[in-house]
Amino acid sequence: MLSVLHIALPPLPALMAQLLIGLINGAFYAMLSLGLAVIFGMLGIINFTHGSQYMIGAFCAYLLLKFLGINYWMALIVAPLVVGAFGIVLERLFIRYLYQLDHLYGLLLTFGLALILEGLFRQEWGSSGLPYSIPPTLTGAYNLGFMFLPIYRGWVIVASLIICFGTWFVIERTRLGSYLRAATENPALVQSFGVNVPRMITLTYGFGVALAALAGVLAAPIYQVSPLMGENVIIVVFAVVVIGGMGSILGSILSGFVLGLIEGLTKVFWPEASSTAIFVIMAVVLLVKPAGFFGREFR
Amino acid sequence: MRSALAATSEVRFAARRAAGLVLLAAALGAPFVFYPVFVMKALCFALFASAFNLLIGYVGLASFGHAAFFGWAAYATAFAVKSWGLPPLPGILLGTALAAAMGLVFGWLAIRRQGIYFAMITLALAQMMYFVAVEAKFTGGEDGIQAVPRGRLLGLVDLNDPLAMYYFVLAIFLVGFAILWRTVNSPFGEVLKAIRENEGRAVSLGYRTEHYKLLAFTLSAAISGLAGATKALVFQLASLTDVYFSTSGDVLLMALLGGIGTLFGPTAGAIVMVGMENYLAQFGSWVTVIEGVIFVVCVLTFRRGIVGELARLLPRWFADGHAR
Repeated sequence: MLSVLHIALPPLPALMAQLLIGLINGAFYAMLSLGLAVIFGMLGIINFTHGSQYMIGAFCAYLLLKFLGINYWMALIVAPLVVGAFGIVLERLFIRYLYQLDHLYGLLLTFGLALILEGLFRQEWGSSGLPYSIPPTLTGAYNLGFMFLPIYRGWVIVASLIICFGTWFVIERTRLGSYLRAATENPALVQSFGVNVPRMITLTYGFGVALAALAGVLAAPIYQVSPLMGENVIIVVFAVVVIGGMGSILGSILSGFVLGLIEGLTKVFWPEASSTAIFVIMAVVLLVKPAGFFGREFR
Repeated sequence: MRSALAATSEVRFAARRAAGLVLLAAALGAPFVFYPVFVMKALCFALFASAFNLLIGYVGLASFGHAAFFGWAAYATAFAVKSWGLPPLPGILLGTALAAAMGLVFGWLAIRRQGIYFAMITLALAQMMYFVAVEAKFTGGEDGIQAVPRGRLLGLVDLNDPLAMYYFVLAIFLVGFAILWRTVNSPFGEVLKAIRENEGRAVSLGYRTEHYKLLAFTLSAAISGLAGATKALVFQLASLTDVYFSTSGDVLLMALLGGIGTLFGPTAGAIVMVGMENYLAQFGSWVTVIEGVIFVVCVLTFRRGIVGELARLLPRWFADGHAR
């Protein structure tokens, strides 16, 4: 009997290691779907460029270190600012012309922008990954008794929780956030109160893009820095968004983490299915709860 | 005495018939001017883009996952023809049937949500099928299914002859295109356009719009599969590229560039894109960059597409173009 159990259940350290990987992936799903939700709430646009902006964030960290000697901690601040500013330029140059059109055009335009950015990076750096080493203060591992926790991975989980909670706090609990939420509901009315809504929209896009870039910097030492890292993750994040629905900030955070964990578990019990697990879950959720778990239906 | 209106409509009809004959003559003569495989590729993608356009142009449903139908039909046909020794026609029909079945299931799931959610769901389902293709044994992983025999059509015509193959592909294209044309210009097609314009009103008129959307989705998937299955025989190859989401993006771009919701737009877009890829293949990733630029330019300034703009500029020629 016991031997049967041994076959069915993998050893605890292996299980915990996969769960940790799942949690890390989940942290990135959460940060990225959060940014998508923030942008969608304000602009009514699904930002297909989100994956590229995440990739550029990672590249930014890599290039800052390589050419300017700027370390990881500074990159955590500089990269989101640079990429966020770049996002603002994109919004002013292209995206703002689409607010009056069908949402579909926003998806098409940002898809085109993603193709341009990824093509350019692939042309310059090829498809293989570039290494970015873990900052010295975060190397090594804790022994938790039942497993070794690499310090950097622990840091990513903590950092992503701080970022997610911070974003939630700003949007749901501050005056600025209340303007944002009001402008999402009725931009004309908020504008009539003297709030500069177009500027708020621009800054929101910049903020969402900066979030993606921040996630990219956090990802750089874990996954290799590669032009393809964005396009691989963005479709999974879309599925996460369909499952969670974009109506709620906490909802997208929660679904990101939970789905990352489920994906990690699948890797333990049925490795071949791990890449499809989230999509299968999406299909099932569509059957039983078509609007998603925290969804409000948008057209 | 005939009214002026009847006279113009007769002129219009004659002009359109003349245009149709010119196009048909061009299609029949094309392999003598261009490299046949190139024209066959253009025809396959033209059919694929036209099938895709049935959904986005006439029902208003933007699918980001049509590569799944195209690519999986290619796998099914390539496998059946190569491993089971099926003749070309049953092989293609098998691939088409698989795509139709997938379309039925995907459509059933995806039409539960609308707008951009629909796009994301189709994209995610297609990505799932991409990973299944990566993991499955029979697809040959990175190598794909290579050296697929073209076989003999009805046991008579050797399809290894480029011209025979070309006219076979042209016939398939014409059949697929005729089905799409008939669908759009039928009472069923009118209901689809009503759903595109105002789904709520169509519902209030008593139409079960989900049924119409599901049927249109399945038909679009089936014809996409027909195109993919044919492509597998043309190139004698089914590969991961065909199921990857970049192919879904390509077909979207073809429809957008040619003119979403116009009958001939997707064909025009496919010819331009296939031609461009052919000449730019040496520039590597720049092709992706250029595709992105075309996307951006089309969305910002050229939303009617080539045929849509022509229809606006030459109203007498394409008087009932359906450009939005």
